Amino acid sequence: MRLRALLFAVMLAFAGHALAATGAIEPLPFKDHAQEVRFQKLTKQLRCLVCQNEDLADSNASLARDLRLEVFQLMQQGKTDAQIKQYLVARYSDFVLYDPPLQPGTWLLWFGPLAILLAGAAVVVVAIRRHNRGDGPLDDDTPAYGGQAANEPANTGDDW
Amino acid sequence: MKRFVPLIVFLALAGLFGFGIWWNTWHDPRYVPSPLINKPAPNFALPELDAPAQTVTKASLLGKPYLLNVFGSWCVACAEEHPVLMADGRQLSIELVGYDYKDAPADAKAWLRDNGNPYDVVIADQSGRTAIDFGVYGAPESFLIDAKGVIRYKHIGPLTPRVIARELQPAIAALKREAP
Repeated sequence: MRLRALLFAVMLAFAGHALAATGAIEPLPFKDHAQEVRFQKLTKQLRCLVCQNEDLADSNASLARDLRLEVFQLMQQGKTDAQIKQYLVARYSDFVLYDPPLQPGTWLLWFGPLAILLAGAAVVVVAIRRHNRGDGPLDDDTPAYGGQAANEPANTGDDW
Repeated sequence: MKRFVPLIVFLALAGLFGFGIWWNTWHDPRYVPSPLINKPAPNFALPELDAPAQTVTKASLLGKPYLLNVFGSWCVACAEEHPVLMADGRQLSIELVGYDYKDAPADAKAWLRDNGNPYDVVIADQSGRTAIDFGVYGAPESFLIDAKGVIRYKHIGPLTPRVIARELQPAIAALKREAP
């Protein structure tokens, strides 16, 4: 019983901490809920320059606060999301975007994983073809099916 | 030949990881390349730190190249950079414009009084609004701006004797050469 009380106290302490952390992000006077949702969505896609693994929405860095305010003011001026992103990219380069744009410099980033997947698939296809033809390296040192069972005890599944 | 496959794979992976270690020790992951190099500096109008009634603008600085050095009394790396500017700033033979970034004027004045003032003029951006136009994301940062108001070079982080000798001085020399 006492343990449960202690656990509860610890959880309460953490909850207080989490509340304090979210409370530190300043409230902005949004026109309506839709605008607030749009603001949250947009700042989630933007990188905090100082703490680069955080997005603008969550960061407490002083520059992030300034940039949030800037984004907010641009929104009030009726700028679209694309225009706001362009505004920030012109000043801070593509680094502010979490989603890197498709351009020659980022081809490796965008298509690299696909290329590796295709290369892996090609290796598998070649290996299977060779194996099926019976002239592959797999057959050289692997005994034919069933050969294994002769000198090994049958796997009863209870050896663990 | 087949028996070398594991060795080759091992060496390829070792090479890849070695490159990763080398790359991460060599480059600064916080470095954000400025898209403003060789573009006109943004327009600005900021008060002088010592005489807030006086406004310094981009237009008022046109005509000769200058080094815009972003600093703040709160900034630890700036304190590291400061003695270098005190020692080598004059030898750059270029106007030094201090850009006091997100700072209380009283703090900045005290800081410059205590540590020395290497700048020809200091402008104050208390809100940091103009700094966004310059793409400033930390301090110290230094911009080399030519006589026509174009940003020609930017250094992020403290200026060290090595950076000055290897990058800043050649960039200044190039500006002087093209000036009539």
